[in-house]
Amino acid sequence: MTTPHTAPPAAAAAAAVPDTPMAAKPSLLRLDPAARRVRRTELWLLLLAMAMVAGYLAAVEANMLDTVTMDFWYPAGVLTAVFLALHVVIRLRAPFADPVLVPTVALLNGLGVAFLRRLDLGRAKIDERPELAIFAGDGGKQLLWTLIAVTGAMVLLWFVRDHREVSKFAWTLGLAGIVLVMLPAVLPGSVSEVNGAKLWIRFGSFFAIQPGEFAKLMLLAFFAYYLVRKREVLALASRRFLGIDFPRGRDLGPVIVVWAMSLLVLIFEKDLGTSLLYFGMFVVTLYVATERVSWLLIGLVLFAGGAVLAYVLAGAVGGPFTNFGQRVDIWLDPFADPYVRGWQLTQSLMGLGTGGMFGTGPGAGNPLLVPEVRNDFIFAGMGEEVGLFGLTALLALYLLVVSRGLRAALAVRDSFGKLLAGGLAFTLALQVFVIIGGVSKLIPLTGQTTPFLSAGGSSLVANWLLVALLLRISDAARTPASTGGVRR
Amino acid sequence: MPEIVLTAARFGFLVLLWIFVFTVVGVIRRDLFAGSRTSRLVAAPRGVAGTAQAAGSARPAKVKKGRAAHTLVVTAGSLAGTKITLGEAQITIGRAEDSTLVITDDYASARHARLVPRDGQWMVEDLGSTNGTYLDRSKVSGPTPVPLGVPIRIGRTSLELRP
Repeated sequence: MTTPHTAPPAAAAAAAVPDTPMAAKPSLLRLDPAARRVRRTELWLLLLAMAMVAGYLAAVEANMLDTVTMDFWYPAGVLTAVFLALHVVIRLRAPFADPVLVPTVALLNGLGVAFLRRLDLGRAKIDERPELAIFAGDGGKQLLWTLIAVTGAMVLLWFVRDHREVSKFAWTLGLAGIVLVMLPAVLPGSVSEVNGAKLWIRFGSFFAIQPGEFAKLMLLAFFAYYLVRKREVLALASRRFLGIDFPRGRDLGPVIVVWAMSLLVLIFEKDLGTSLLYFGMFVVTLYVATERVSWLLIGLVLFAGGAVLAYVLAGAVGGPFTNFGQRVDIWLDPFADPYVRGWQLTQSLMGLGTGGMFGTGPGAGNPLLVPEVRNDFIFAGMGEEVGLFGLTALLALYLLVVSRGLRAALAVRDSFGKLLAGGLAFTLALQVFVIIGGVSKLIPLTGQTTPFLSAGGSSLVANWLLVALLLRISDAARTPASTGGVRR
Repeated sequence: MPEIVLTAARFGFLVLLWIFVFTVVGVIRRDLFAGSRTSRLVAAPRGVAGTAQAAGSARPAKVKKGRAAHTLVVTAGSLAGTKITLGEAQITIGRAEDSTLVITDDYASARHARLVPRDGQWMVEDLGSTNGTYLDRSKVSGPTPVPLGVPIRIGRTSLELRP
C-alpha cells in the first residue's frame, strides 16, 4: 500500500498532477480537479437519465389516461433523490470512479420501475387508474426495492474502502455462496418452488428471496481469490495437444467440482440459466486468469455435453430431467403446442413482432397479454412498446455497462481486482444474454431476471452491489498514482 | 390527447434513448483518449535534486552522443506496448506499486531492477531480485550499460531502449 509520503516523486504521472496530500476525510471542496470533472459528467448524465424516466412516465399516462396527471413526477422524483444520494456518496468515497456506470444503470432501473408502473395502470380498472399511489403495485414495490438496493450499494461503497479487503473473506464467501446455491435445492418444494424452478426461499406469501443472486457475487469473489493464487500452476503446467495447451489432469479438480455443482443446480433446481451462469462465470475467470484458450474449449465441451446428456436423460428416464426436456422441446418448436406449453414463448414472440421497428409507444401496447411480463418477459413487454429501435438502445446500455466493467478490469493494477471486475462484468453480460436469448428464442428459455429491469428485489439488490463493486474497482483503477493509489 | 402529441412522445422517447447512448459513448471516447495519453508515462525528475541536475550538468552530456535513448518500450509481457519517455530520472522496475514501471509478472520481485542514466548512457542494475535480470542472454550482475534495441528481460517482460 503506497501513501503519498512513501511514494517517490518519480512515480508515474507525478509531473502531471500536483502532489497534494489527501486529508484523512476528503470533502466535496477538496476534490482533485480531474475527479471533479468526472463527477460533474456523472451528475449531468444522471439528470438526463432521470428526465428520460419522467418523460417515459408522462408518455405512459398520456396514452393510458388520456391526460397527464401530476403523479408521474413522484416515482421519477424519488428515483432522482436516491440516485443523487448515491452520487454524493461516490463523491466522498470513490471520487475517481467511472462516470458512466451509475447513470446508465440508473436509466435501466428507472425504466424498469416506470414500465412496472405502466403494467399496474394496465391492470387497474379505467376509473381507478389516476388514483394509483406511488408505492402501490409492482411498480411501487420495485421502487421500494430500488431504495433498498441503492442504499446497499452506498453502504458497500462507504465501508469497503479497498476492493482487496474482499479477498480476506474469500473462503467464507465461497462457502456461504455454495450453501446459498444449494439451499433451495434441499428445501421442500412448497418453500422454494416457483413455476417449476426451485430457486427461492419464501417467507410467507409476500416476501421471497432468490439466494442464488447473492451467491453469484460471493462465488465470484472466491473464484477470483482462488485463481489469483493458483494461476501459475494452471497456466504453466500444461501438455500440448493439437496445438493447444491443455492443463494437467489433477489441476482440473476445481473445475470439475464447479461443473458438477452447476449440473446439480440444473437437475435439482430445474434451472438451466442459473447453472449456465455459474459455470460460465468460473470458466471465464479461469480464462482471464490463465490466458489459455483451452479452458474455454473445455468449458464449452463440458457444458454442451452436460446439457445434451440431460436432454437425452429427460427423454429416457424423466424424473428430475423432465422440466429441462420440456423447455428444450418448447424452444425447438413453440408453435407445436401454442396455447398450453408454448404459451409464454409464443406470446413473447407475438409481443416483439407487434412492436416492430418503432413500437406502439409507451403505454399503447398490450404487454399484459404476455405471461410473466413483470419479470422473465419484461424485455418482450417493453419490446412491444419501444420496438426494435428502443430495444437495441437498451441492449447498448447493457453493453456500455459491461464494457466499462471490463475497462476497469484492464486498468486496475492488482490481479484480484482484475479478475473480480472482469468476472462481474462478464456475469452481467451472460445473464443479459441468457434471459434475452431465451425471450427471443435464441436459446431455451430459463427463468433469469433481466438485470435492473425486471421486478425482483433480490436481483435488484445483488446487481446494485455488483455495480458498487465495479465502482470501487474503477475508482482504484483511475486514481492517479500521486494521490496514493488507494486511500485508507 | 391529440394523436400528434402521442406520436411525438413515442418517437421523442426513442430519440432521447439513443441520444443518451451516444452521449455515454462520447464520454467513453474522451476517456479513452485521456487514457492513451496517460499510458505514455513520463518519468518525472527525481525530486528537487534531480531537477537541479537536469538544468545543469546532464544536458551537455547527452548532446555528445549521436543516438541517445529517449524512450523505454515494453516489447513483451502483460504491459507490452507501454512506452516511457526517459528523462534524467532513474526508472525503477518491479511489482511494488511505487515503482516507475509496475509489472504484474509472477517472476518479478517487488523491487526488481533499475535503469540509471550516467553521462548520457543508461545503465541497468539488478536490485537483488529472485529470478534475475537479463540483458539479452547474459545475467546482469553489476551496473551494465544498455545499448539501444537490446532487450532487458525481467520474468516474462522484455524492455528495450529506443531513440
